[in-house]
Amino acid sequence: MPLLNHLWIVLALPLAGAAINGLFGKRWAQSAVNSVAVGSVVLSFLAAAETVREFCHLAANQIPFIGNYFTWMVGGEATPHPFRVDFALQVDQLTVVMLLVVTFVGMLIHIYSTGYMAQEGGYYRFFSYLNLFMFFMLTLVMAANLIVMFVGWEGVGLCSYLLIGFWFLKKSAADAGKKAFIVTRIGDFGFTVGILLVFATFGTVAFSEIFSQVAEKPVNILTTICLLLFAGAIGKSAQLPLYVWLPDAMEGPTPVSALIHAATMVTAGVYMVARMSPLFSRAPIAMLVVAIVGAVTAFYSATIGLVQTDIKKVLAYSTVSQLGYMFLACGVGAYTAGIFHLMTHAFFKGLLFLAAGSVIHAMGGEQDMTKMGGLREKIPATYWTMFIATLAIAGIPGFAGFFSKDAILEAAKDGPYANLWLWLLGVVGAGLTSFYMFRLVFLTFFGKPRYDEHKVHVHESPKKMTIPLMVLAFLSIFGGWFAAPKLVGGIDYFEKFLAPVFSASAPTSDAITAAATDTTASPAMDLLHALTGWPVIVGILGLLVAWWFYVKSPDIPKRMAQSVRGLYTLLFNKYYVDEIYAALIVRPLLWISTNVLWHVVDEGLVDGTVNATATIARDSGGQARKIQSGNTRSYAAWVILGAVGFTALLFGLLGVAN
Amino acid sequence: MSAVPISWYLVLSAILFGLGVVAFVFKRNIITIFMSIELMLNAVNLAFVAFARARGDLDGLVFVFFVIVVAAAEAAVGLAIVIMLAQNRQSLNVERVSLLKL
Repeated sequence: MPLLNHLWIVLALPLAGAAINGLFGKRWAQSAVNSVAVGSVVLSFLAAAETVREFCHLAANQIPFIGNYFTWMVGGEATPHPFRVDFALQVDQLTVVMLLVVTFVGMLIHIYSTGYMAQEGGYYRFFSYLNLFMFFMLTLVMAANLIVMFVGWEGVGLCSYLLIGFWFLKKSAADAGKKAFIVTRIGDFGFTVGILLVFATFGTVAFSEIFSQVAEKPVNILTTICLLLFAGAIGKSAQLPLYVWLPDAMEGPTPVSALIHAATMVTAGVYMVARMSPLFSRAPIAMLVVAIVGAVTAFYSATIGLVQTDIKKVLAYSTVSQLGYMFLACGVGAYTAGIFHLMTHAFFKGLLFLAAGSVIHAMGGEQDMTKMGGLREKIPATYWTMFIATLAIAGIPGFAGFFSKDAILEAAKDGPYANLWLWLLGVVGAGLTSFYMFRLVFLTFFGKPRYDEHKVHVHESPKKMTIPLMVLAFLSIFGGWFAAPKLVGGIDYFEKFLAPVFSASAPTSDAITAAATDTTASPAMDLLHALTGWPVIVGILGLLVAWWFYVKSPDIPKRMAQSVRGLYTLLFNKYYVDEIYAALIVRPLLWISTNVLWHVVDEGLVDGTVNATATIARDSGGQARKIQSGNTRSYAAWVILGAVGFTALLFGLLGVAN
Repeated sequence: MSAVPISWYLVLSAILFGLGVVAFVFKRNIITIFMSIELMLNAVNLAFVAFARARGDLDGLVFVFFVIVVAAAEAAVGLAIVIMLAQNRQSLNVERVSLLKL
């Protein structure tokens, strides 16, 4: 097995691409930069695919497969060292899913970017960052211990910062980058403390060693660890109350939004919770917190998405909402469903962003949906792919999102940690999701054009942008069909594949499955039951309402906005959360920093000490220089004085006389 | 044996030295200052000789010879400086030699 013994190759390829483009790309033609950037990611995908193929031939006792490359840190006096971190990578079923999703979606988005960014300055810089991001993301998902994972975790945060602020001359973009970095840092503080607590409790940071001891540890410590780690996930995956950075992150180029802020990086929190599932499953309180945060976020940000007019902002709030569903899944113990939704979401939300990018490209940079309309015939490839993605996210049966969202809501209703209130929030959120997504499609592609047709020349995007759209559209339809046999009483292949990873953490899932199969009347009834469940009903309801509002009689939304003006304004201004944070945290902090830390501590204390030292030295020097009068007789007097003084010292203090 | 006790020599030496110091500090003529230095040196010589005599060894005398040699060398250099000063300033007043300052 040649490649499985060299897992690092998958990581090293994008890193090499980033280094080559970053160092030399400035002088190269775009085609050369393309070859390096896209080539490295394609090779990385092929390497990942080969790794997965070899992985499938491993015996069950060899999983997780760990490649240990070198000892990175050791600490402590005793041998074996109490603190030891290896640079180790691992592959198990969960990693396989993430590896394929990240490399494949990443590859498509790289190809798309060569078209989207063709007119932009800093072309080599963009691709260098994008490759670097791939490196860190792969480090994150392949890490075999928490510290290596943390390296990837912070690395993707860095690349996110760099790429959001890619157009750094624009103040709003630079600010958004800083906001993303700082807000996620708040969560990362919890994550760091969590890692330290893991080490203090388990004496190791390697996943396999942690999980083997987890049964012996007290529940309250596990709960604390889980809540701290989840704080990191809240920041990284933009959940309440730290979601505020993600909508602002839309200042970055659209492929970045697709890759980092929809498909991969923001799902790192979900991946981490799933990875640490043996801990979470033993901490019911932490599970409940995860589920509540997820469900509330899913509902909350869906309501904001209802009234936004910027096409990318709608998708951003939608992403926050869908990430909420993933956490809801993890919180009710359905880790498989969460990861399943993570995968399908990577397909359809990546596609939605890329298609939105294609729309923006076609409109010459316009992002306001109220100034679009009627684009259906002019950009058919974009329209059809986006429509498919919308069907998928709305949970229309047959599309990828249907299978994963259904699995989540089913687990919330009937799973081992079922909670009817959270299920209700999820179902209502699903209806809202369907509504705002179809609103987006109808506003953009249907109706009459609301832009100046003489000024804007709408044109379909080039092939290298539309082909990735089509590939993702294909996956948005069929990417969920692993679970399809379950509808007719068969096996969920996705769940079966991931079962070894989560079997330890969800001991009851077999019982549930067994119970579910027992009550089954017939495959046909099963199918009927799944197709007429509440998630499907609200999904179709959302579609119909959106159609009625924005195609049939487009004046209804305006009248509704008038009649419930207060609610509309509240939603339109995103519940004023940014303003509240500014008033409660940012401005007091700024005031303290300016008036206390800057003017008092820095200027008064630090500068004051330095300046006072200098002043004392200068003034005493000024006094002392008067001794040097040039008058020979005064020198003579000083000599005498010195001699007398020295003699007095000898006799008096040192007692030479005795 | 001489009946003059050692303390007399030391008192004389101290008086001579004190005169030298006072002259060194208060006189303005550089020649006088020069002479007061010689006076101090010889006051010290006297003390050395007195001690050597009292202790009955030669150590003090060795020092005296050293001092005499150094004083001769110093007189040669010092008088040369005085001559240069007199030529440049047409004066022997040390108050007027005050360039050595900031």
